[in-house]
Amino acid sequence: MFYRENGQFKTSYRADQQIFAIAQDRWAILALIAFAFVGVPFLVDEYMFRAILIPFLILSLAALGVNILVGYCGQISLGSGAFMAVGAYMAYNTYIRIEGMPLIIALLAGGFFATLVGVFFGIPSLRVKGLYLAVATLAAQFFCDWAFLRIGWFTNNNASGSVSVSNLNVLGWSIDTPLQKYLFCLAFLVVFGLLAKNLVRSAIGREWMAIRDMDVAAAVIGIRPVYAKLTAFAVSSFIVGVAGALWGFVHLGSWEPAAFSIDRSFQLLFMVIIGGMGSIMGSFFGAAFIVILPIFLNQFLPAVGDMVGVSISTATVSHTEFMIFGALIVWFLIVEPHGLAKLWSVAKQKLRLWPFPH
Amino acid sequence: MKLRQLALATTVAAAGLASALVSTVATAQTKEQFFPVLVYRTGAYAPNGVPFANGYVDYLKLVNARGGINGVKVSFEECETGYATDRGVECYERLKGKNGGATVFQPLSTGITFALTEKAPGDKIPLITAGYGRSESADGGVFKWNFPLAGTYWVAGDVIVQDIAKKLGGADKLKGKHIALVYHDSPFGKEAIPILQERAAMHGFKLSLLPVTHPGVEQKSTWLQIRQSRPDYVVNWGWGVMNSTLLKEAQATGYPREKIYGVWWAGAEPDVKDVGMGAKGYNAITMQHGTEKGSAIVKEVLAKLHAKNQGTGPKDEVGEVLYMRGLFSAMFAVEGVRQAQEKYGKGKVMTGEQARWGYENLNLTQPKLDALGFKGVLRPVSTSCADHMGANWARIHTWNGSKWEFSSDWYQADEQIIKPMVKAAADKYAAEKKITRRTPADCQS
Repeated sequence: MFYRENGQFKTSYRADQQIFAIAQDRWAILALIAFAFVGVPFLVDEYMFRAILIPFLILSLAALGVNILVGYCGQISLGSGAFMAVGAYMAYNTYIRIEGMPLIIALLAGGFFATLVGVFFGIPSLRVKGLYLAVATLAAQFFCDWAFLRIGWFTNNNASGSVSVSNLNVLGWSIDTPLQKYLFCLAFLVVFGLLAKNLVRSAIGREWMAIRDMDVAAAVIGIRPVYAKLTAFAVSSFIVGVAGALWGFVHLGSWEPAAFSIDRSFQLLFMVIIGGMGSIMGSFFGAAFIVILPIFLNQFLPAVGDMVGVSISTATVSHTEFMIFGALIVWFLIVEPHGLAKLWSVAKQKLRLWPFPH
Repeated sequence: MKLRQLALATTVAAAGLASALVSTVATAQTKEQFFPVLVYRTGAYAPNGVPFANGYVDYLKLVNARGGINGVKVSFEECETGYATDRGVECYERLKGKNGGATVFQPLSTGITFALTEKAPGDKIPLITAGYGRSESADGGVFKWNFPLAGTYWVAGDVIVQDIAKKLGGADKLKGKHIALVYHDSPFGKEAIPILQERAAMHGFKLSLLPVTHPGVEQKSTWLQIRQSRPDYVVNWGWGVMNSTLLKEAQATGYPREKIYGVWWAGAEPDVKDVGMGAKGYNAITMQHGTEKGSAIVKEVLAKLHAKNQGTGPKDEVGEVLYMRGLFSAMFAVEGVRQAQEKYGKGKVMTGEQARWGYENLNLTQPKLDALGFKGVLRPVSTSCADHMGANWARIHTWNGSKWEFSSDWYQADEQIIKPMVKAAADKYAAEKKITRRTPADCQS
């Protein structure tokens, strides 16, 4: 009833090529963004900002980057954690080594160096495919772990190998309180989200998808695999690098290579698989699932225990959290192999017909 | 199709529940002193994390059994970090505002310590890192909110070298010797490097650095290097499963266990129990206490808690090294509050900021410690604005195949070496962060 595009005629190419062609979509997204910027700050407390929303925003951004590579271009990568690390450490070095470096430029510089590393480790993708490529990208992970632990220059020769930043500000606007950090990350996410959404609809995005669906056929119709694959690596690792820089600068404030370990790479890959491969929306769902669900379970279980008068020990809660989380992953993958984003589109389809399904 | 609908419904329900839960997090104000407890009872380091957590919680329970801190009851809540920095940060955010506000955090992981060091000053909550964390945070002039009470890793490293020198018959005998540092490849493991390098330059021994990646079960290549270079001593800066693996590898390589020294995280029962006789002769440093099953405090815990089934964890682990570590850390947390009450009013609940003053002005004399049940276990600890460490005593204990026994007298770390290092590192941190040293006036407040 509410969600149908009947009667929305497109009379120009411009109207036809909008990011959100359906008016309801457009308004819903605008409302969502406006709510995120204006509404959320009034509704949530510091804990929500710091422990849930900020990590969620940053990891959504990272998942978005990984989705471009894995979901849109079909190149399975296990090096995402490494690209995040490159982003974080290079942003750190740019930030402290150049006097008066603006924060945003430093973060983008982190992304830039991540792009270089990403493209370099993407070169094997021209020869190896699928799982073999996943193994090849593992090399990036191990190499970066090694480099940031061993090469003193990256950590400004700190004895412990851990680095930290503080007093962040953009054009005199300091990024200190949880709200400011949240808005800062949100701004990044919105800009990159819209850019990514636009990019995957463009010629280059279609090339990625052609390569993903069948690279031989794509090559036959004139798509250069080298160009398509390397651009996917470049764009993906840029976004992942910026997310890594935000994770270090804004969320943790002080970090060590362990913050970007192989676990992080797997986590990002799972976000993409559970959220939905080849879907921008799916990146957000996946990030929400992986970031929020464990924390939710961790607090929900003792609360349930209290209600029925049982006190559950910390270890049991933690174990149960893992079991339920694992079971849910398996269950979602069986029920909906195309990820949460598919559920979303099913819901939209149903809404189109509602309330008269026949 | 049914299943898919179910999936859809669950997703919506879960989202709804999540938002409902968030609104229940709102806290009630109580008249209790709240101590958040960050623990890791699961994961790769659980065998060592569990006894620590049990000791910590038992001490807090004991404080209540003794009638609270000048009548103020204590409350606590555990949060599982799994030794992961991001979960640790989440726990910190979750607990810092609960039950009237957290008194003090003990991160129990060098990684989490680093992350919280950035956050704590903003929230005005002190951090105690008794024996671990960043060594330079002993400098209270720069690290206003950090308290590495009763020892740091630099103290530990320094004393290990002293003990080696003593065994060799004097510091001059160290010249030309070869010491290998096998360390956990993380900020924790790397903390040992500066002090050993300093000592190596001073005495002219050769130091080789052999990193072991987390979690430390893969050490074959490390031990191949040790077999080739045959260092005179091996210093083990390990944690969790890395320690027992190291001892088994040493046994397989035939490296004498008497020549291996562990840091205090590598000198507890879970580290050596599985190896048993194979670890006989293995030395580890203790930051004051070791296994203290005969001490008054342990007897009191057994009588007041475990006898009434109110204890935490298995009874026979009470008094083991890491359990004692938990007790000892909780004792500092509580005694700081008691000290703060002297200034801000007895029988009142202290805020984090007030408690910080207490930690900075701790004066645990021997009679006070004895009264608390730590006779023969601890030596006096007294902190000041400049010195947030308070004591630099340590001992060495040795595994005899079935239990830990002290094998050395008390040592004191060489302040002449450590002080300048702490100051230099703290100044570097201050310069990076653009913070200025606290003025004497700030110290008074």
